[in-house]
Amino acid sequence: MKIIDVPALDQILDGLRSRGYTLLGPTIRDQAIVYDEIASTRNLPVGWKDEQSPGTYRLHRRDDDALFGYVVGPHAWKKFLFPPVQKLFHVTRNGQELRLNRPKPDAERRAFIGVRACEIEALSIQDQVFTGGPFSEPSYLARLRNMFVLAVNCGEPAATCFCTSMGAGPAVKCGFDLALTELIGSDRHEFIAESGSPEGEELLRDVRSREARSDDLRRRRELMDKAAHSMARSVETSDLKELLYRNQESARWDRIAERCLSCANCTMVCPTCFCSTVEDVTDLSGDHAERLRKWDSCFTMDFSYLVGGSVRSSTKARYRQWMTHKLATWQDQFRRIGCVGCGRCITWCPVGIDITEEVAAIRRGETTSAPTGPLEKSHDRYSTGMDE
Amino acid sequence: MPAREATLTAVFEGHDAMLPSWFRVARIRSETQDTFTLELTADGEKTDFTFQPGQFNMLYVFGVGEVPISISGPPPLRDRIIHTIRAVGTVTRNLWRLKHGDIVGVRGPFGTAWPLKEAEGRDVVIVTGGIGLAPLRPVLYHLLHHRKKFGRVILLYGARTPNDLLYGDEFLWPALPLDLTVDYTVDRAKTDWRGQIGVVTTLIPRAEFDPSRAVTMVCGPEVMMRFTIRALSERGVASERIYVSMERSMKCAVGFCGHCQYGPAFVCKDGPVFRWDRVERLFGIREL
Amino acid sequence: MTVIQQEWMSNALFSGLPPDCVERLSHTTRNESFESRELIFREGEPADGFHLIQKGSVALEIFVEGRGAVMIETLGPGEVLGWSWLVEPYRWHFDAKALTATQTIVFGGRVVREVFESHRDCGYLMLKRFLPIIVQRLQATRLQFLDVYHARA
Repeated sequence: MKIIDVPALDQILDGLRSRGYTLLGPTIRDQAIVYDEIASTRNLPVGWKDEQSPGTYRLHRRDDDALFGYVVGPHAWKKFLFPPVQKLFHVTRNGQELRLNRPKPDAERRAFIGVRACEIEALSIQDQVFTGGPFSEPSYLARLRNMFVLAVNCGEPAATCFCTSMGAGPAVKCGFDLALTELIGSDRHEFIAESGSPEGEELLRDVRSREARSDDLRRRRELMDKAAHSMARSVETSDLKELLYRNQESARWDRIAERCLSCANCTMVCPTCFCSTVEDVTDLSGDHAERLRKWDSCFTMDFSYLVGGSVRSSTKARYRQWMTHKLATWQDQFRRIGCVGCGRCITWCPVGIDITEEVAAIRRGETTSAPTGPLEKSHDRYSTGMDE
Repeated sequence: MPAREATLTAVFEGHDAMLPSWFRVARIRSETQDTFTLELTADGEKTDFTFQPGQFNMLYVFGVGEVPISISGPPPLRDRIIHTIRAVGTVTRNLWRLKHGDIVGVRGPFGTAWPLKEAEGRDVVIVTGGIGLAPLRPVLYHLLHHRKKFGRVILLYGARTPNDLLYGDEFLWPALPLDLTVDYTVDRAKTDWRGQIGVVTTLIPRAEFDPSRAVTMVCGPEVMMRFTIRALSERGVASERIYVSMERSMKCAVGFCGHCQYGPAFVCKDGPVFRWDRVERLFGIREL
Repeated sequence: MTVIQQEWMSNALFSGLPPDCVERLSHTTRNESFESRELIFREGEPADGFHLIQKGSVALEIFVEGRGAVMIETLGPGEVLGWSWLVEPYRWHFDAKALTATQTIVFGGRVVREVFESHRDCGYLMLKRFLPIIVQRLQATRLQFLDVYHARA
């Protein structure tokens, strides 16, 4: 591993740009850290920290100039690989003839700067959705091939983080071209840099660096351990699928539904949510039509609409669908849990519903002897008569 | 859960599964007051389109939208793709308004198939309600074409009124007798009706088949399937020999949009045909 | 005679039954109460009893996918709720939900079936009383199905 400084990192960013990459990274806008185009390290949220809790997101100034002293905001990298609106094709009509026009393949090269471990895991989860089944999404594949990942190890998880429970962090293990660990103190501001691909190796070789010493590596280990041990939230995952499958009729879902606004924020900020809809639109002449794919959410009323009515018309059914899918049915579909523990759904829920708390509540509901729902009660009802 | 009953016949290597192929309207025939049959050819020539009974296509009307429709044929005409469609929404109503020669975009076929192999050597009982008979029409033709491979073949069919019965000339009162036992009923009828009145489940107790070996296929509104399965189980048909066709909202048909999820299953690729014992747990959960 | 016995014995279903039958049935009973909108039993569950409604009202419902729970019929004080306990495979065919705060006397169906089996005379007398009620319900349901109030041109 190498040690580089901030100017060297800027050189790496220049290097990426000269190779034709658009730099995309965290930057501050509207009092949040979002992912957008950046030019250099100066565009990063230098010296800023995020404070997150259920329904709350605030930025505070740090007392140092760390470049990556925060975790994740409302944006996920999925917005670049799986865009919120995408044209699938357009059709032109000429009398009774129709001509199909495919959009040009997306050849843009994108460098994601500052990707966290949970986000790398989320990207690999979405890879599976869009390329791991019987059908592949060709535009997704194209964007994936043109992606460069500059990852960053998290040193200070937010209060809403629980990546360790999901085996998704905080340390970046693979899936990157370059990975950095920021070392900042009163007398230094450096990065431990490791390459994870030939391209990353090349870029690292082209800048000034020194070999990491054993105390650098020890410092890195300490930071990683501290981060891993300071998660404020956790989820017991060993039996998560069975737990949720057993409790589809739990009274807890009704409790959650009393609070949930079905605003769909959680699905918008979630880095693994992949639901979309397809819209066909025409122009006024009636001779041109486009098919668009747009992000969708299982929380909308007409997501499950069939002739006769929506299958999931109650908020309870929709919340249950989202949470059960994320934590349980995803395992049957994709052989892994669909959640990476990034905590965004907790932070960005306007009423502060906490998925980790809900799992615990459902588990608690099983062990209490009191009946939790109508079914338990009626089972007992006919067992014995009453003695006089 | 993503266990599949039959292999997918669609091959999409290197091909974008979201792009439709163009077919032309060869014929549109009204069946009932809200149902019609659409016959498509590949631009006037022979249609090089193969599918397995139970599968569906996504049909696209220029500028209007796309809708998943079960394939109802061939046979008997092998040179066209046939869909019987209920006009209940914008796209389906626009499909009905098309004229001979108009273009329809077709993506497919998608989904799992009815268990024709598993049914060989056994009695086959098909229970359908309303438009539910349409996805089973290709099964009936297959059974009739290979009649000796199967035992008794029974069709039990229920519709709302006599005017809503589909394929009357083909299966219900055919000009020439078919080697097929058909029993049908309607929910209500006028006094000139000489047939049966009652729900389709009433036909199950008296159908003559061997429940210990028969393969049964059920298609119709979910509530109808629920009570039908109950009646079949009460007659002794094991859960592994009951097959259902599920329906869910679909936007892409290739497992990306997430709309058609039914528990862990994607109806578009793990269904629409499911073996009952694999979805029994899901069926009991409301609003799933 | 207990208070519970007094309450249900006065019901037409049981009045005039021989005392030994009454005695055997009474061992299977207890009081039950439900809040408004509370589920009493659900389609598909084991049907191991029946209710004699004392106070309140109960709706029979079928859940139809896409439409939700559809109310088919309501039952009130003095009426019997639940027949599936009499017929194999002893599983409820519909949902029953209390519309208003409801009180019922519950009879343990499995025990009652055993009583009928071991004391055929009680069984015969009770079934003779149940049957007209079931027939009357069936006829009423058929009439309901006619949709007589629908305006026809």
